[in-house]
Order: sequence, then structure tokens, then C-alpha cells
Amino acid sequence: MNWSDALIQLQYNLGAPQELSWLVEGITYFIGAFVIANAALVLALLLIWITRKVVSRIQDRIGPNRLGPYGLFQTVADAMKLLSKEDIKPTSADTPSYLIAPVLSVMGVLMALAVIPFGAGLIGADLNVGVLYLVALGSIGIMAALMAGWGSNNKYALLAGFRVVAQLLSYEIPMVLAMFAPVLLVGTMRMQELSQAQSLYLGPINLGLGWFIFLLPGAFLIYFIAALAESEQTPFDLLEAESELIAGFHIEYSGMKFAMFFLAQFLNSFFLGAIAVALFLGGWQGPFAGQVPLLGPIYFLAKTFFIYVVIQWIKGTFPRVRIDQMMQFAWKVLVPLVLALILAQMIIMKLPLPGWINSLLVLVANIAVVLAVLNIMGNYFKREQVRSKRAFAPKSLIGTMQPVNSSAGD
Amino acid sequence: MLSQWGFVLILSAIAVIIPVAAIVLGHFLGPRRPDPVKNETYESGVETIGDTWVQFRAQYYLIGLIFLIFDVEVIFLFPIAVAYQNLSFFSVIAAVTFVVILILGLFLEWRKGALEWS
Repeated sequence: MNWSDALIQLQYNLGAPQELSWLVEGITYFIGAFVIANAALVLALLLIWITRKVVSRIQDRIGPNRLGPYGLFQTVADAMKLLSKEDIKPTSADTPSYLIAPVLSVMGVLMALAVIPFGAGLIGADLNVGVLYLVALGSIGIMAALMAGWGSNNKYALLAGFRVVAQLLSYEIPMVLAMFAPVLLVGTMRMQELSQAQSLYLGPINLGLGWFIFLLPGAFLIYFIAALAESEQTPFDLLEAESELIAGFHIEYSGMKFAMFFLAQFLNSFFLGAIAVALFLGGWQGPFAGQVPLLGPIYFLAKTFFIYVVIQWIKGTFPRVRIDQMMQFAWKVLVPLVLALILAQMIIMKLPLPGWINSLLVLVANIAVVLAVLNIMGNYFKREQVRSKRAFAPKSLIGTMQPVNSSAGD
Repeated sequence: MLSQWGFVLILSAIAVIIPVAAIVLGHFLGPRRPDPVKNETYESGVETIGDTWVQFRAQYYLIGLIFLIFDVEVIFLFPIAVAYQNLSFFSVIAAVTFVVILILGLFLEWRKGALEWS
């Protein structure tokens, strides 16, 4: 049962006339969109609280603990503070793009809600181009950051705007190509059918554990790394590097306009996690989700919050990469690997072999990609470790600080 | 089908109204004490020198071009993925050739140094 059908039926039962069906549908969709968008705003407050708690635990602090139970209302207080701040607009800013940018950044993120399958009948609109729709929304965020960087007429903001273009464009390619793998496997772009396809039947009972991560771990790993970069999270947060660019493209924004960028960023990393769950982690599938429909949304949110906490864990522990390393990792590691992966999958799927051998071959190709990515990352970290050890080793310092032998010169 | 896009339309309207309402509310709730120094461009406390809207590095332009090539290719690939299970042998050969050409293109860009960030 779809949520919209249920709501339409309810209105007819309450005495809505049959000839006004367009109005009934409009009211239904308005209620759905309004509820889901406002739920997302409340969710953002919770997400910021989770980030603060997780990161502060990693840094051996307690985090917010004064307002409400476990400091839950700290973010509400912060939102109130931002609401009462002065609305400053620099005189030299390019007014239209300066003002549109925060609105656009929130819009691009909130519209992703339309195709996220929260439960069996709980999807805003099960579009037949669902995955492509998400790809299209990704570019709205890039536009918003670029407009903010350009419109602020600030040198730091403009530098950050350039970096946004380079980073988000580069990581969009591996992310989209990784999303291509499950679409190729199922043969549909509908998010609901993609979730449905990840069931695992044991006789008549649906265990709901046929997640694509077990078959496509390579595609999932590449999607996850690219999603970290797309949501501007820590190993790739160059566009707002506090120590170099102060805050990035939103330096000149204050009050509620700044809050909109903040909101968009937190919601974006949550929604990219939600898409990862829908495509690779079984969506709302899980044990007994078919029998008890209420379990579906619970499974979905639990998995998404798990991914979100993992993202915050990475945020608390990883150092920031350099821009040349970041670009090379996207174009020379992720893109060739993901292209080879989908090429292998396309060939294997058409081989005249029994189904389980095909699946096994796809799995082998994916494991090879996982090993390649982990190997390259491991080598990189080892190299950096050796370099920093050399730079800070006392022996080498002594070597460089030895006085020049004056008698050797003449 | 069309009514589903109706939902997307309504959601996009709400997604615009929410941030606009928040910003307008903040504009009227906050104090308003404009000041020529306060409204200046921020640059670590000193006055800004020169023009901000400078020429940017050609590298960004190259990355943009390469992105465009790959993004258009993705738009072609997704319909192939949806129909892939019912494709005939020759269509499969065509699709595989398409991806192979892309990989060759990536290696050409690599060899030409378009992916270097120096």
C-alpha cells in the first residue's frame, strides 16, 4: 500500500467529491512534501548533535551536555541564536548570486527526499529515472557553492569556489559510475525496485539480506569514498579548510544565510548515506520486514544513521589531503577502477554460464577492486608516514645543523 | 506517472520556500545596524587590495571539460543499463565498445598530462 493512495482514499472516505480528483491529489502531495521536508529540518538538528557528540568523544571531550537530556537541545539554541543575528551583506557583493546561493544549496539537498525509499510504500515519488534524478540534483549543490564563492566578492571565498568545482566535479564521476553497477544488475532506475531486488528468499520467507554490498563490495567502496568527497567531509574538506581558507565559500555569510549552508551540508551527508543504504545495503529490507511493515523504516533509518556515524568517525580521525593528491586519487585511481569494474560486470553478465558462476565472477572482480583501492591507499599512507618521520627525526636534524667546516673551503 | 512529477514539483516549491522563509525571518528578527566598516569585504582585518574576480587557472577549465565528457557518457550509459538484460548480441558488443572507447579516452588524457595537478 502506497502512502499517497492511502491518503487519497482517506479523503474520499471523508467525503471529498470524486470530480475534484486533481485537488485531492494535490492536497495529498502537498501534505506529503510538507511533512517530509519539515522532518528533514528536525533531522538536521539531530544530525548536528550526533556529529558533536561523536567527534567530542573521539577527542576525549564530553560534548554538549547542558541543554536538555544529553545536550539534545543545544542545536535548537544555536538555531535560535543564528536566527537573531544581524543579516549582513557586504557592499561589494554581487547581490543576485549572493542571495540565491543559500536557497539553492538547501533546495538541491531537500529535493533528494523525493526518491529516498524509507519503507515498502514510503517513497515520495517512485520515478522511473530515480537514480538519474539524484545525479542531476548533485549539480545544484555545485552551482550553489560556486555562486556563493563568486558572489561574495571575497578572495578566500573565490578560491574555495574554484576548489568546489574541481573537487565535486571530479568525484561525481566515480560516484555516478559506482551507482551504475546496481542499476546494471537489476535493470531499473526505480529506487523502490532496487530495494526490492535486494531480498533473499529462504523458501517462502524473505530474510531481506541479499544486499548488493555482498555482491558489489568494490562499487560500494568507491561510492562511499566519492560520497565523502561529495558531502565535503573531512579527508576531502579542502573547500572549507579552516586553516587555509578560514571557512571556504561561506565566509561572507552570517545569521540565517550561514545556517542554510550548514543545514545543507549536514543533510547532504545524511542523504548520500541514505542513497548508499538504498542501493547497496538493502534499503528497508531486513529480517521480518516483509511480515511487519513497521520494521522497514526502522531498518532503513538504523542503517543510515550507522553510515552517518561512520562518516563522523572518519571526520574525527583522518587528516586532510592535499589538493593534488585528491584530484589524482579521483582521476587516476577511482575512475579507471570503476570503469574497469563496470566493463567487467557488463561482459560477465552476458557470458553463457550458470547464474551463480556469473555472480561469483562479479564478486571476484569487485574484491579485486577493493584490494586495489586499499592497497593504493595503504601505500600512500605508508609513504607519508616515512616522509613525516624523516622530516621530524632528530638524527636528520642533527645532520642538517652541523656547522660548516671552515678549514675545508680554502 | 505524471502525478509523481507533480509531487516533485510541489516538493521543489517547498524546498525553495523553507530557506527563503528562514532567511526573511532572520532578516526581520535580527538587529540592523549597518556600518561601512562592517559591510566591507573580510580579509583578515586589512583592506582588500586589487580585484577579486581574477583569471583562474587553466587546470580548472580542463577538469571541467573532462567532467563534461564523462557526464554526458553517463547519461548514455544509464539507459543501456536499464535495457541491458534484453539486449541482443550486437547491441552488447556496441555497449562494451562504448565503455572501452571511454577507458582509452581516459588513458589518452592521462598520457597527455590533462590529469596532472602541478
